[in-house]
Amino acid sequence: MKVIDLGITDYLEAYEIQMGLVKEVSAGISEDTLLITEHRPVITIGRKGSWDSILRSKEELFSRGIDVFNIDRGGDVTYHSPGQIVSYPIFRLIDEARDIHNFLDFLEAVGKSFLMQYGIISEDRPGDRGLWVEGKKIGSIGIGVKKWVTYHGIAINIDPDMAPFSFIKPCGMESVKVTSLRDVLCREIDLEDAKSKLELSFKKVSLLASAVSSN
Amino acid sequence: MAELKLPELAEGVNEAVVSFWHFKEGDSVKEGDEIVEMATDKAAFNVPSKASGTLKKIMVNEGDTVKVGQSLAIIE
Repeated sequence: MKVIDLGITDYLEAYEIQMGLVKEVSAGISEDTLLITEHRPVITIGRKGSWDSILRSKEELFSRGIDVFNIDRGGDVTYHSPGQIVSYPIFRLIDEARDIHNFLDFLEAVGKSFLMQYGIISEDRPGDRGLWVEGKKIGSIGIGVKKWVTYHGIAINIDPDMAPFSFIKPCGMESVKVTSLRDVLCREIDLEDAKSKLELSFKKVSLLASAVSSN
Repeated sequence: MAELKLPELAEGVNEAVVSFWHFKEGDSVKEGDEIVEMATDKAAFNVPSKASGTLKKIMVNEGDTVKVGQSLAIIE
Protein backbone atom coordinates (compact mmCIF):
# COMPACT_ATOMS: atom_id res chain seq x y z
CA MET A 1 0.00 0.00 0.00
CA LYS A 2 1.32 3.39 -1.05
CA VAL A 3 0.51 6.45 1.08
CA ILE A 4 0.32 9.97 -0.33
CA ASP A 5 -0.21 13.00 1.90
CA LEU A 6 -1.79 15.67 -0.29
CA GLY A 7 -1.65 18.34 2.43
CA ILE A 8 -4.50 20.86 2.37
CA THR A 9 -6.66 20.55 -0.76
CA ASP A 10 -9.79 21.92 -2.34
CA TYR A 11 -12.45 19.22 -2.37
CA LEU A 12 -12.67 18.92 -6.17
CA GLU A 13 -8.91 18.91 -6.59
CA ALA A 14 -8.65 15.86 -4.32
CA TYR A 15 -11.69 14.29 -6.02
CA GLU A 16 -9.95 14.50 -9.41
CA ILE A 17 -6.87 12.84 -7.92
CA GLN A 18 -9.07 10.08 -6.49
CA MET A 19 -10.73 9.48 -9.86
CA GLY A 20 -7.37 9.31 -11.65
CA LEU A 21 -6.12 6.79 -9.13
CA VAL A 22 -9.31 4.72 -9.30
CA LYS A 23 -8.65 4.28 -13.05
CA GLU A 24 -5.00 3.41 -12.50
CA VAL A 25 -5.66 0.98 -9.66
CA SER A 26 -8.47 -0.78 -11.53
CA ALA A 27 -6.20 -1.07 -14.60
CA GLY A 28 -3.43 -2.51 -12.43
CA ILE A 29 -1.09 0.40 -13.23
CA SER A 30 -0.97 1.64 -9.62
CA GLU A 31 -0.91 -0.28 -6.39
CA ASP A 32 -3.51 0.28 -3.66
CA THR A 33 -3.06 3.87 -2.50
CA LEU A 34 -4.11 5.70 0.63
CA LEU A 35 -4.62 9.42 0.10
CA ILE A 36 -4.50 11.60 3.18
CA THR A 37 -5.64 15.21 3.09
CA GLU A 38 -7.35 18.07 4.88
CA HIS A 39 -9.96 19.94 2.87
CA ARG A 40 -10.57 23.66 2.74
CA PRO A 41 -14.03 24.26 4.27
CA VAL A 42 -16.67 22.35 2.33
CA ILE A 43 -20.02 20.65 2.86
CA THR A 44 -20.66 17.54 0.80
CA ILE A 45 -24.01 15.92 0.18
CA GLY A 46 -23.86 12.14 -0.33
CA ARG A 47 -26.37 10.10 -2.29
CA LYS A 48 -28.70 9.66 0.67
CA GLY A 49 -28.74 13.37 1.54
CA SER A 50 -30.21 16.61 0.26
CA TRP A 51 -30.23 20.33 1.00
CA ASP A 52 -32.81 19.48 3.72
CA SER A 53 -29.84 18.47 5.90
CA ILE A 54 -28.22 21.91 5.49
CA LEU A 55 -29.54 24.56 7.85
CA ARG A 56 -28.05 27.67 6.19
CA SER A 57 -28.58 29.26 2.79
CA LYS A 58 -26.15 28.71 -0.03
CA GLU A 59 -25.39 32.45 0.02
CA GLU A 60 -24.52 32.48 3.71
CA LEU A 61 -22.28 29.45 3.36
CA PHE A 62 -20.49 30.93 0.36
CA SER A 63 -20.00 34.22 2.20
CA ARG A 64 -18.28 32.21 4.95
CA GLY A 65 -16.06 30.54 2.36
CA ILE A 66 -17.80 27.16 2.56
CA ASP A 67 -18.40 25.36 -0.75
CA VAL A 68 -21.22 22.84 -1.15
CA PHE A 69 -21.11 19.87 -3.51
CA ASN A 70 -23.37 16.93 -4.33
CA ILE A 71 -21.07 13.95 -4.61
CA ASP A 72 -21.09 10.27 -5.52
CA ARG A 73 -20.53 8.69 -2.12
CA GLY A 74 -22.89 6.80 0.11
CA GLY A 75 -24.36 8.55 3.13
CA ASP A 76 -25.84 11.97 3.87
CA VAL A 77 -24.33 15.40 4.56
CA THR A 78 -20.94 16.06 6.12
CA TYR A 79 -18.53 18.92 6.71
CA HIS A 80 -14.78 19.00 6.09
CA SER A 81 -12.22 21.61 7.03
CA PRO A 82 -8.55 21.89 7.96
CA GLY A 83 -7.88 20.11 11.24
CA GLN A 84 -9.91 17.12 10.12
CA ILE A 85 -7.95 14.25 8.60
CA VAL A 86 -9.66 12.79 5.56
CA SER A 87 -8.37 9.50 4.23
CA TYR A 88 -9.30 8.08 0.88
CA PRO A 89 -8.33 4.44 0.45
CA ILE A 90 -8.19 3.68 -3.28
CA PHE A 91 -8.11 -0.08 -2.82
CA ARG A 92 -8.93 -2.86 -5.24
CA LEU A 93 -11.22 -5.43 -3.66
CA ILE A 94 -10.68 -8.95 -4.92
CA ASP A 95 -12.35 -12.32 -4.41
CA GLU A 96 -14.04 -12.60 -1.01
CA ALA A 97 -13.16 -8.99 -0.20
CA ARG A 98 -15.85 -7.92 -2.69
CA ASP A 99 -18.33 -7.05 0.01
CA ILE A 100 -19.00 -3.35 0.47
CA HIS A 101 -20.24 -3.71 4.04
CA ASN A 102 -17.13 -5.64 5.00
CA PHE A 103 -15.14 -2.75 3.62
CA LEU A 104 -17.14 -0.27 5.72
CA ASP A 105 -16.43 -2.52 8.73
CA PHE A 106 -12.74 -2.40 7.79
CA LEU A 107 -12.78 1.41 7.76
CA GLU A 108 -14.47 1.49 11.15
CA ALA A 109 -11.85 -0.92 12.49
CA VAL A 110 -9.12 1.40 11.20
CA GLY A 111 -10.78 4.37 12.92
CA LYS A 112 -11.14 2.44 16.18
CA SER A 113 -7.51 1.35 16.03
CA PHE A 114 -6.48 4.99 15.44
CA LEU A 115 -8.45 6.19 18.48
CA MET A 116 -7.02 3.34 20.58
CA GLN A 117 -3.55 4.77 19.95
CA TYR A 118 -4.74 7.77 21.99
CA GLY A 119 -6.25 5.51 24.64
CA ILE A 120 -9.79 6.18 23.44
CA ILE A 121 -12.26 3.34 23.19
CA SER A 122 -14.98 4.23 20.70
CA GLU A 123 -18.53 3.00 20.93
CA ASP A 124 -20.35 0.67 18.59
CA ARG A 125 -23.66 2.02 17.43
CA PRO A 126 -25.30 -0.71 15.35
CA GLY A 127 -27.08 0.88 12.43
CA ASP A 128 -25.15 4.14 12.73
CA ARG A 129 -21.92 3.89 10.82
CA GLY A 130 -19.01 6.08 11.84
CA LEU A 131 -16.87 6.62 14.93
CA TRP A 132 -18.58 7.55 18.18
CA VAL A 133 -16.99 8.68 21.44
CA GLU A 134 -18.95 9.60 24.57
CA GLY A 135 -22.14 9.59 22.51
CA LYS A 136 -20.78 12.07 19.99
CA LYS A 137 -19.62 11.57 16.45
CA ILE A 138 -15.88 12.00 15.90
CA GLY A 139 -15.55 10.31 12.51
CA SER A 140 -17.69 9.85 9.40
CA ILE A 141 -17.61 7.10 6.84
CA GLY A 142 -18.90 6.92 3.28
CA ILE A 143 -17.55 5.19 0.20
CA GLY A 144 -17.91 4.87 -3.53
CA VAL A 145 -16.99 1.81 -5.60
CA LYS A 146 -16.09 1.59 -9.29
CA LYS A 147 -15.01 -1.74 -10.81
CA TRP A 148 -14.56 -2.98 -7.24
CA VAL A 149 -12.05 -0.19 -6.52
CA THR A 150 -13.00 1.93 -3.51
CA TYR A 151 -12.89 5.71 -3.16
CA HIS A 152 -14.08 8.31 -0.65
CA GLY A 153 -13.49 6.95 2.87
CA ILE A 154 -13.24 8.16 6.44
CA ALA A 155 -12.92 11.65 7.96
CA ILE A 156 -11.83 12.08 11.58
CA ASN A 157 -12.06 15.35 13.51
CA ILE A 158 -8.71 16.10 15.08
CA ASP A 159 -8.98 19.81 15.79
CA PRO A 160 -11.09 21.54 13.14
CA ASP A 161 -13.24 24.64 13.56
CA MET A 162 -16.31 22.85 14.95
CA ALA A 163 -18.78 25.74 14.60
CA PRO A 164 -19.85 24.95 11.00
CA PHE A 165 -21.07 21.51 12.08
CA SER A 166 -24.03 23.43 13.51
CA PHE A 167 -24.87 24.49 9.93
CA ILE A 168 -25.77 20.90 9.01
CA LYS A 169 -27.58 17.84 10.34
CA PRO A 170 -24.57 15.49 10.29
CA CYS A 171 -25.50 12.28 8.48
CA GLY A 172 -28.99 13.72 8.12
CA MET A 173 -29.66 13.08 11.82
CA GLU A 174 -31.29 15.84 13.83
CA SER A 175 -29.84 15.08 17.24
CA VAL A 176 -26.24 14.18 16.42
CA LYS A 177 -23.56 15.93 18.42
CA VAL A 178 -20.06 16.05 17.01
CA THR A 179 -16.72 16.12 18.76
CA SER A 180 -13.00 16.18 17.99
CA LEU A 181 -9.92 14.47 19.33
CA ARG A 182 -8.90 17.77 20.90
CA ASP A 183 -12.24 18.07 22.73
CA VAL A 184 -12.09 14.47 23.96
CA LEU A 185 -8.49 14.66 25.19
CA CYS A 186 -8.61 18.34 26.27
CA ARG A 187 -5.20 19.03 24.80
CA GLU A 188 -3.55 20.11 21.58
CA ILE A 189 -2.98 17.36 19.05
CA ASP A 190 -0.02 17.20 16.70
CA LEU A 191 -1.65 16.80 13.29
CA GLU A 192 1.38 15.26 11.57
CA ASP A 193 1.68 12.71 14.37
CA ALA A 194 -2.04 11.96 13.99
CA LYS A 195 -1.54 11.33 10.26
CA SER A 196 1.28 8.89 11.04
CA LYS A 197 -0.91 7.12 13.58
CA LEU A 198 -3.75 6.82 11.07
CA GLU A 199 -1.38 5.42 8.45
CA LEU A 200 -0.15 2.89 11.00
CA SER A 201 -3.73 1.84 11.79
CA PHE A 202 -4.50 1.35 8.08
CA LYS A 203 -1.42 -0.86 7.79
CA LYS A 204 -2.12 -2.83 10.97
CA VAL A 205 -5.76 -3.52 10.19
CA SER A 206 -5.00 -4.33 6.52
CA LEU A 207 -2.33 -6.80 7.59
CA LEU A 208 -4.69 -8.42 10.05
CA ALA A 209 -7.45 -8.65 7.43
CA SER A 210 -5.14 -10.24 4.86
CA ALA A 211 -3.70 -12.63 7.44
CA VAL A 212 -7.20 -13.77 8.35
CA SER A 213 -8.39 -14.15 4.75
CA SER A 214 -5.33 -16.15 3.70
CA ASN A 215 -5.83 -18.72 6.47
CA MET B 1 -28.93 -9.32 -25.82
CA ALA B 2 -27.51 -8.89 -22.33
CA GLU B 3 -29.36 -8.11 -19.16
CA LEU B 4 -27.68 -5.74 -16.72
CA LYS B 5 -28.53 -7.05 -13.25
CA LEU B 6 -27.86 -5.79 -9.75
CA PRO B 7 -24.92 -7.90 -8.50
CA GLU B 8 -24.40 -9.03 -4.93
CA LEU B 9 -22.89 -6.07 -3.09
CA ALA B 10 -22.48 -7.49 0.38
CA GLU B 11 -23.56 -10.41 2.49
CA GLY B 12 -27.00 -9.76 3.90
CA VAL B 13 -27.70 -6.85 1.54
CA ASN B 14 -30.68 -7.74 -0.63
CA GLU B 15 -31.46 -4.41 -2.26
CA ALA B 16 -30.11 -1.00 -3.26
CA VAL B 17 -31.53 2.27 -4.55
CA VAL B 18 -30.91 3.56 -8.07
CA SER B 19 -29.10 6.88 -7.67
CA PHE B 20 -27.88 7.86 -11.10
CA TRP B 21 -27.88 6.58 -14.67
CA HIS B 22 -24.61 7.42 -16.43
CA PHE B 23 -26.19 6.66 -19.83
CA LYS B 24 -29.60 7.04 -21.43
CA GLU B 25 -31.57 4.72 -23.69
CA GLY B 26 -30.08 4.62 -27.19
CA ASP B 27 -26.51 5.34 -26.02
CA SER B 28 -23.65 3.10 -27.12
CA VAL B 29 -21.91 1.39 -24.23
CA LYS B 30 -18.78 -0.69 -23.99
CA GLU B 31 -17.99 -3.68 -21.81
CA GLY B 32 -16.70 -2.34 -18.50
CA ASP B 33 -18.46 1.04 -18.74
CA GLU B 34 -20.10 2.14 -15.51
CA ILE B 35 -23.79 2.15 -16.47
CA VAL B 36 -25.66 2.99 -13.30
CA GLU B 37 -24.80 4.04 -9.77
CA MET B 38 -26.63 2.28 -6.94
CA ALA B 39 -26.68 3.32 -3.28
CA THR B 40 -26.90 1.39 -0.04
CA ASP B 41 -26.66 3.07 3.36
CA LYS B 42 -23.07 4.34 3.24
CA ALA B 43 -21.88 3.19 -0.16
CA ALA B 44 -22.36 4.23 -3.76
CA PHE B 45 -21.71 1.33 -6.12
CA ASN B 46 -21.32 1.57 -9.90
CA VAL B 47 -22.58 -1.36 -11.93
CA PRO B 48 -20.41 -2.05 -14.99
CA SER B 49 -21.66 -3.46 -18.27
CA LYS B 50 -20.64 -7.01 -19.16
CA ALA B 51 -21.38 -6.41 -22.83
CA SER B 52 -20.83 -3.84 -25.59
CA GLY B 53 -23.76 -2.55 -27.61
CA THR B 54 -26.69 -0.18 -27.34
CA LEU B 55 -28.47 0.57 -24.08
CA LYS B 56 -31.83 -0.60 -25.38
CA LYS B 57 -34.06 -0.27 -22.36
CA ILE B 58 -33.76 1.12 -18.85
CA MET B 59 -36.00 -0.96 -16.58
CA VAL B 60 -35.78 1.01 -13.30
CA ASN B 61 -35.82 4.71 -12.48
CA GLU B 62 -33.65 6.85 -10.23
CA GLY B 63 -35.02 6.50 -6.69
CA ASP B 64 -36.36 2.97 -7.24
CA THR B 65 -35.40 0.19 -4.84
CA VAL B 66 -34.04 -2.84 -6.66
CA LYS B 67 -33.44 -6.40 -5.46
CA VAL B 68 -30.15 -8.24 -5.99
CA GLY B 69 -30.41 -10.12 -9.30
CA GLN B 70 -33.15 -7.86 -10.63
CA SER B 71 -32.80 -6.51 -14.18
CA LEU B 72 -31.68 -2.90 -14.44
CA ALA B 73 -31.36 -2.57 -18.19
CA ILE B 74 -31.16 -4.39 -21.50
CA ILE B 75 -28.07 -4.01 -23.69
CA GLU B 76 -28.05 -5.36 -27.26
